[in-house]
Amino acid sequence: MIKVEQLSKHFGKTQAVDNISFEVKEHENLILLGTSGCGKTTTLKMINRLIEPTSGEIFIDGKDILEQPPEILRRGIGYVLQNNGLFPHYTVAENISIVPQLLKWDKKRIEKRISELLEKLHLSDDCRQMYPAELSGGQQQRVGLARALVADPAVLLMDEPFGALDNVTRSKIHAEFKVLDELKRKTIIMVTHDVQEAFELGDHICLMDKGKILQDGRPSNLLFNPANAFVQDFLQEQRLQLEFKTIKLNDIWRWLPILQKENKTKVLPADTDLWTGLEQFKFASSETITIHHDSETKSASFEQLMAAFYQYKKQQAHE
Amino acid sequence: MNEQQTLFDFMRQQSDKLAAQTLQHIGLTFISLFIAVLIGLPLGILITRRRKLSGPVLGVAGVLQTIPSIALLGFMIPVLGIGAKPAIVALLLYALLPIVRNTFTGITGVDPAVKEAAVAMGMSKWQVLFKVELPLAMPVIFAGIRTATVITVGVATLASYIAAGGLGEFIFGGISLNNTNMILAGAIPAALLAILFDFLLSRLQRLNIRKLKTATATLPLLLLLFSSFYFIPSAYGGKLTAGFTPEFMGRQDGNLGLQSKYKLKIHTIVISDAVMYKAAYENQLDVISGYSTDGRLEAYHLVVLKDDKGIFPPYYAAPVVREDALTKFPELENTLNLLSGKINDSIMTALNYRTDYLHQSPEKVAKDFLLDNGLWKPAREVNMGIVRIGSKIFGEQYILASMYSMLIKGYTDYDVATKTGLGGTKICFDALTNNQIDFYPEYTGTGLLAILKPSLKTVDSLTLSKDKTYNYVQKEFQKKYNIKWLKPIGFNNAYALMMRKKQAKDLNIKTISNLKRYLESK
Ligand SMILES: Nc1ncnc2c1ncn2[C@@H]1O[C@H](COP(=O)(O)OP(=O)(O)OP(=O)(O)O)[C@@H](O)[C@H]1O
Ligand SMILES: [Mg+2]
Repeated sequence: MIKVEQLSKHFGKTQAVDNISFEVKEHENLILLGTSGCGKTTTLKMINRLIEPTSGEIFIDGKDILEQPPEILRRGIGYVLQNNGLFPHYTVAENISIVPQLLKWDKKRIEKRISELLEKLHLSDDCRQMYPAELSGGQQQRVGLARALVADPAVLLMDEPFGALDNVTRSKIHAEFKVLDELKRKTIIMVTHDVQEAFELGDHICLMDKGKILQDGRPSNLLFNPANAFVQDFLQEQRLQLEFKTIKLNDIWRWLPILQKENKTKVLPADTDLWTGLEQFKFASSETITIHHDSETKSASFEQLMAAFYQYKKQQAHE
Repeated sequence: MNEQQTLFDFMRQQSDKLAAQTLQHIGLTFISLFIAVLIGLPLGILITRRRKLSGPVLGVAGVLQTIPSIALLGFMIPVLGIGAKPAIVALLLYALLPIVRNTFTGITGVDPAVKEAAVAMGMSKWQVLFKVELPLAMPVIFAGIRTATVITVGVATLASYIAAGGLGEFIFGGISLNNTNMILAGAIPAALLAILFDFLLSRLQRLNIRKLKTATATLPLLLLLFSSFYFIPSAYGGKLTAGFTPEFMGRQDGNLGLQSKYKLKIHTIVISDAVMYKAAYENQLDVISGYSTDGRLEAYHLVVLKDDKGIFPPYYAAPVVREDALTKFPELENTLNLLSGKINDSIMTALNYRTDYLHQSPEKVAKDFLLDNGLWKPAREVNMGIVRIGSKIFGEQYILASMYSMLIKGYTDYDVATKTGLGGTKICFDALTNNQIDFYPEYTGTGLLAILKPSLKTVDSLTLSKDKTYNYVQKEFQKKYNIKWLKPIGFNNAYALMMRKKQAKDLNIKTISNLKRYLESK
């Protein structure tokens, strides 16, 4: 869907982006991850031509993005800015209706679409006539998202969309984000420097440093097969938590004992991640949890889950 | 209390004129402002797009602002003549800087993230400008327009110098005529206008975003509406056009006398003495109120119309001196009298011609004259006290002041300090009574009509005789102000109506009565 080939951008002597290539498939969510100043924003802005590359090519749907006038290209790409960039002199409704107006939708259609989005993004209808300054940071980011989504573009670019939020609000929005149907039918490139966020939301992660992509792969790839020491170190601090969140129960299925006798503990589907599985022991009084996979059912205690986890890691290391 | 009462009376008496001048003032202000916005706004936008231009453009606008208003008006005359055009151009040049600068800072001050968002949404350059940059910069731009308005209301008072009307007519007329009520009748409305417009615009500026959208739309309409005021009062014309100084306009021995004794009706504009002669020479005016010894009379080929009904009283020049200065400097009186009887009308006109037209310095002209007449002595370079000489703000007075200065330095042991260029009669005379100067050259007619202001009857009985006038002012000044009139210098610098020689000849106009007859013919 989106294809980036040998893309570079120099600002004078600064190599902001240095010969990178990657591809995002339709409906996939690609995360550009990296420390501050590594060129994430620059990469993103080249895709909607806010910045012209020094060299390299970008294709969307097989078409070179240089083929159409930049304004037309941009109206077909949703863009969420690093610090929301809402128009302070427009109400929420006016902010959201910018692109539809540029596309000359009729009034009714715009109104209907705004109502729909406000509801999906859990913004009350009273917000419509408010100005951005009257909203909380979290609400502003939702409006920013609504503005990017309103014309239902096939491609969505998001630059640290949850940057300015406290952790509680952020995990809440993450959860909403994952179930939002609007987003499921989009091809998304999202920038973040937050490792947790990348692993939680990404189908694919490009880890960048100094304008280069150091590794491009699935979250588990980065975790268990780091391409080099930098990748390893980058994830080191939160490694255990990331691993728990990345590994699904069916990844460690073969090391779990078969259910001996029926008990009345909660049954979890096997695509639950290990983190959630372990969390069950926090609340449940029972010693074990029950897991269901295809027609098989297994059960495990906390110790058995951890043992299976270490078996899995040992095997990954040898692969 | 009394003062207020009479001011009110004055305003009521002159309410027609006051209303006309106020409307002219508003009109002048807003035409200039409107054009300034029309030029300044796009210019401000342009320099946000071409940053390299911003330095030079703001620099030039800044320099324009520092040119003294009178000088700027003066520069305009050779190019645009007199009247509304040069005044509007000068005013709009002053208004330009705040508008251009605030447009520039307003737009560059818009959050770059917001601008980027606009571009990223797919807005074109113009859409970004009109939907994002201008609305967000609007409060700052309004502030600039507000500053420009206040500046323009103030500077517009000077427009009367070049016959563009406005409240300056009262202000400068009042200063020349020593008429406080007249000054206030111009100054108070001008100040009120500035305050009022500032207040109205400040309200606009503080409106919330939603209302600001309507306000932005109505502002140009308001500007246009106010601008149209200017054309209402000036929508009349005439066969010949007269240009009179503000002072002449308000004097019994000036325009008032022309109207009451001659019943002269002529399309009249008010103009400053500094540009009047030139304007007549350049056919922009046909009749002007000059002075009979003015050097420019010769320079610009003008001719004096005979005052056949005798409304212009004699204006013999003589030094007026504080009595206490005569006591303090015993040699002063004799020294100043050295000049008495030495300069007649034609000599004075010739001297004036050298300063006004040949642009020789008054000092040189004064020294040459004293040398020719064997009066010059080198300065003694001693200091037994300082005599303070004043003079009004025109060439003849500068020459006289220089002569007196040289005489005092050459014939006495005193030193001299000169305060030349003291605006009009009022300023000069106030300086004398307030002991800021010791003497200055004054004219008998001015002493009589502008300072003493006796009843009309007294004036009528005096003004036809040179000696009667002199004796009367001498006696009254002594009594009222303790100021002494020394012996007359000789020349009579009376008011006179003048026309271009050629035109007067073509129309066969020799006297003021001829002029009246011509105007009433056909
Ligand atoms: N307009 C510009 N002119 C010059 N240098 C720039 C410009 N924009 C970015 N850079 C430089 O390019 C590099 C990459 O910047 P970029 O904004 O892409 O970083 P980033 O990864 O988005 O960082 P952050 O996480 O802090 O947003 C930085 O070194 C930055 O200083
Ligand atoms: Mg960035």
